[in-house]
Amino acid sequence: MKYETDVVVLGGGGGGMAAAKAADKNGANVILIEREEENGGVLNQCIHNGFGIHYYRKDLTGPEFKETLQEELANTNIKILNSAFVLNVNKDKQLTFVNHKGIHEIKTKALVMATGARERHFNSLAVPGDRVAGIFTAGVAQKYINLQNLKPANSALIVGSGDIGLIMARRLHLEGIEVKGVVEILPYPGGLERNVQQCLRDYNIPLYLSHTVTRVEGNKRLSKVYVSQVDENRQVIPNTEKVFNVDALITSVGLIPLTDPVKFVETGPGFITSNTNQTSEDWIFAAGNCTVVFDLVDYVSREGEKAGKYAALYSQNQYFPEQKVKVKKGKNINILHPMYIDPNERTKLYLRVSKTFKRVEVTVEPLGIKMIEEEARPSEMIEISIKPFKDKNLKEIEVSARELG
Amino acid sequence: MIAVIGAGIVGSLIAREINKYIEDVYIFEAKNRIAAGVTKGNSAIIHGGYDDEPGSVRAEFCYRGNKLYDEISQELSVEVKRVGSHVVALNEDDLKVIDELEKKAIQNGVKEYEILDKAELLEMEPNLNKSALRSLYCPIAAITEPWEAVIQAAKSVEINGGKVLKNKKLVEVKKKDNKFELFFEDGSSYIADLVINAAGLYADEVAKLFGDEIPYIFPRKGEYILLGKDVKYVNSVIFPTPSKITKGCLVMPTVDGGYLAGPTAQNIKSKQDLSTTQEGLLEVKEKSLRLVPTLDFSRNVVKTFAGLRPETKEKDFYIDVGGGNVIHVSGIRSPGLTAAPAIAKYVVEYLIQEKLHINLEKRKNYINHIEKVPHLVEEDYEHWKRVIQEDPDAGEMICYCNKITKKEIKEAIKNGARTLDDVKFATRASFGECQGSFCIPKILKIISEETGLRPEEVLQNEKGSWIINSEVRAI
Ligand SMILES: Cc1cc2nc3c(=O)[nH]c(=O)nc-3n(C[C@H](O)[C@H](O)[C@H](O)COP(=O)(O)OP(=O)(O)OC[C@H]3O[C@@H](n4cnc5c(N)ncnc54)[C@H](O)[C@@H]3O)c2cc1C
Ligand SMILES: Cc1cc2nc3c(=O)[nH]c(=O)nc-3n(C[C@H](O)[C@H](O)[C@H](O)COP(=O)(O)OP(=O)(O)OC[C@H]3O[C@@H](n4cnc5c(N)ncnc54)[C@H](O)[C@@H]3O)c2cc1C
Repeated sequence: MKYETDVVVLGGGGGGMAAAKAADKNGANVILIEREEENGGVLNQCIHNGFGIHYYRKDLTGPEFKETLQEELANTNIKILNSAFVLNVNKDKQLTFVNHKGIHEIKTKALVMATGARERHFNSLAVPGDRVAGIFTAGVAQKYINLQNLKPANSALIVGSGDIGLIMARRLHLEGIEVKGVVEILPYPGGLERNVQQCLRDYNIPLYLSHTVTRVEGNKRLSKVYVSQVDENRQVIPNTEKVFNVDALITSVGLIPLTDPVKFVETGPGFITSNTNQTSEDWIFAAGNCTVVFDLVDYVSREGEKAGKYAALYSQNQYFPEQKVKVKKGKNINILHPMYIDPNERTKLYLRVSKTFKRVEVTVEPLGIKMIEEEARPSEMIEISIKPFKDKNLKEIEVSARELG
Repeated sequence: MIAVIGAGIVGSLIAREINKYIEDVYIFEAKNRIAAGVTKGNSAIIHGGYDDEPGSVRAEFCYRGNKLYDEISQELSVEVKRVGSHVVALNEDDLKVIDELEKKAIQNGVKEYEILDKAELLEMEPNLNKSALRSLYCPIAAITEPWEAVIQAAKSVEINGGKVLKNKKLVEVKKKDNKFELFFEDGSSYIADLVINAAGLYADEVAKLFGDEIPYIFPRKGEYILLGKDVKYVNSVIFPTPSKITKGCLVMPTVDGGYLAGPTAQNIKSKQDLSTTQEGLLEVKEKSLRLVPTLDFSRNVVKTFAGLRPETKEKDFYIDVGGGNVIHVSGIRSPGLTAAPAIAKYVVEYLIQEKLHINLEKRKNYINHIEKVPHLVEEDYEHWKRVIQEDPDAGEMICYCNKITKKEIKEAIKNGARTLDDVKFATRASFGECQGSFCIPKILKIISEETGLRPEEVLQNEKGSWIINSEVRAI
């Protein structure tokens, strides 16, 4: 079958659904494509709460957040294609996807990429040891437990103290799996303070900061995990080894933006976009975890809306940025999004600092924006709003962070 | 009945060769799946044959085996990519080694090689260390997926009336008249007229069961790092100049688009120790970076693994008749994968027929060509559409990285796959960058649905490698 539309949204997670909604609201014909049977992306497996506090001003679970978005989509003309896998996007604005009925083509005017992220796998850390069953990414463990009612362990150690690792520690504990600890290579926890309290301290699960896994051992199934302390340079300190007798290692060691199957736009490693979510290819927009990994679905959906809106305007020949100002990472900035600004439009700037600060001042120059934050950590995103600015000769702005005494 | 012990590349190709004459061939494999021994963890190179010691059995079979891979590729539908190889000289001393290699190539009768100067070499391989001086280029060197060759050879045996039996570890042998009674660990026994011992690392121990003393086998570990597809590193197999014990730590493309760095060479004690080590992985990084400095081990690693070479003091294959109608194919170290098709012909055409005087006649009803369930994503879309029309599962993507559909996974299960690794090696599902984070829970479910195994019974690979221990709660 051949389809034709104004906007295709690729990916039906929190980012994609919000994008489809906004594109529809802005008058475009929209097709939303999702490879899973159901929309929602990672929201489906996150049955804990903490979603939607900013976006819906309600504390929802992942599935509840998804359902709320889904209900909003139900009242629109958006065509939703599920169990449809996009094989190919070409420069002539054609997409090819496969589903159980065949292989199909879509001709479009604009595209929103909202493909999310994949989990970094433990295997890619190249930790020496036996190759055994019992090493799972948090997402896989979460799918077994939350979606398939299957218990993949009796006792576990968790690597990575980001929110996902912390939440999985609690989840496993509540399902009767003995969690012997959470190991974190950094000197501070990667996740939100509230999660450290609610997921670990409340259940007496130890957190090992400045520690890393040095070896795994087992006969067919994991039986031992070796953990050592590391110094400031993340080098293992000799004679600090601890051995954990566990049959599972649950890893939560980062997410990697997914940019497949689009190969011809600027990435690093996720899609690099402007404040209107436009990529280096002017008809392709991107939002959510396929650009940078966001802390909250609220940010993702807000970004999705923006991407959907501008994609719709673009498809109707109503959006042509005249100018793109580059945003430069200055001192102590690790992640910055977006990387370009269309100065006629408002900007939400998201950043992560590169080390912990007690008190930090973030500046955006030469716009003269200054912001002071207490306790900034790389694991928590900082948000800065920038109004449209008129200086047409500006080529570049720079964002930096410095410790305040 | 003719029995082959061991379903590695050697055993499976020998069984296939015998099967061209005799229907009644059995392959007995100790593990619960085939191609899970030495044949699984190696560099997967079809070597050019230029570097084996002239006069050795290895040299005799390697070049011939290389050539025979054209036939294997066609008849068994196995992917063989002739990407070529370079042995690269990085300094003056290495240049001498290249000269010696050239002499060996001539003695081994290998004509397909060229000595390339720096400019030619760097044009072919722009990411090489810029201090590279020269290379011995061998265009017939190839890469393949060894387990695929085994799977296809085993399929050939089954299609042609033979049997492939798993979980059959040979533990005892009794001589009976001119025959052998073979006893297996699971309590079963079979009577064989002729036995081929192709038990890889354990061929010396199996020989003892027949009362034969053959060269003692010790394991030598080789560790690897597999890198992802995002960055293009090399076009062909890049070797350093070889040392006395190994061809060295290399960098090469894999058939499915990734890159492999390794192996190390470490003598170890246990034939079961497939662990990677800190020292080993460090060595792989250092040595491969010398060849290709752009390798990104901080961001591009997919996984690490190790393989064990079956070594002997003689450093050569040992292929001969034992006491009675038994043939030991032992000490099959590198380049055993390359040599395997030639070894198979030698065993059947010479050892069985000439030396054991067993007369064989080619079967008339023999099916030579074996189809492979094609990776649908590699087919043209018109064909794929027709397949989907017949079977909607062909349109349902399960493995997103390598793009494997539900149909392909069900097909593998129909062909005997029972574990996650069975499915992985049969289809490549879960082999990609995400290492199964998206598809493994789905594959587990499909195996369970298709076979009636409970999720608790679905294993990663061998007995003991359980994934699920129970339901979370009764429903
Ligand atoms: C364990 C965990 C806990 C979290 N906890 C919280 C929390 O408490 N509060 C909070 O606010 N946030 C939380 N988050 C973060 C938040 O849920 C995510 O950042 C957000 O949902 C990501 O949305 P997305 O749309 O960018 O990506 P995804 O949800 O990953 O959606 C991407 C979609 O694209 C589809 N897709 C990709 N490629 C293709 C293709 N080729 N063809 C068709 N479809 C494709 C995928 O199937 C997927 O459905 C958590 C995240 C995780 C993983
Ligand atoms: C690190 C490394 C790199 C290599 N690189 C290359 C290369 O690039 N090119 C190349 O040509 N060669 C290479 N080789 C060599 C090649 O892998 C081997 O020569 C080849 O795989 C040997 O195959 P096999 O069938 O003899 O052994 P295996 O694959 O081990 O098969 C033997 C089978 O016998 C079974 N078995 C054992 N005991 C019993 C029993 N008692 N009863 C029943 N079954 C039993 C085992 O389970 C096993 O499946 C490499 C080897 C290693 C380790």
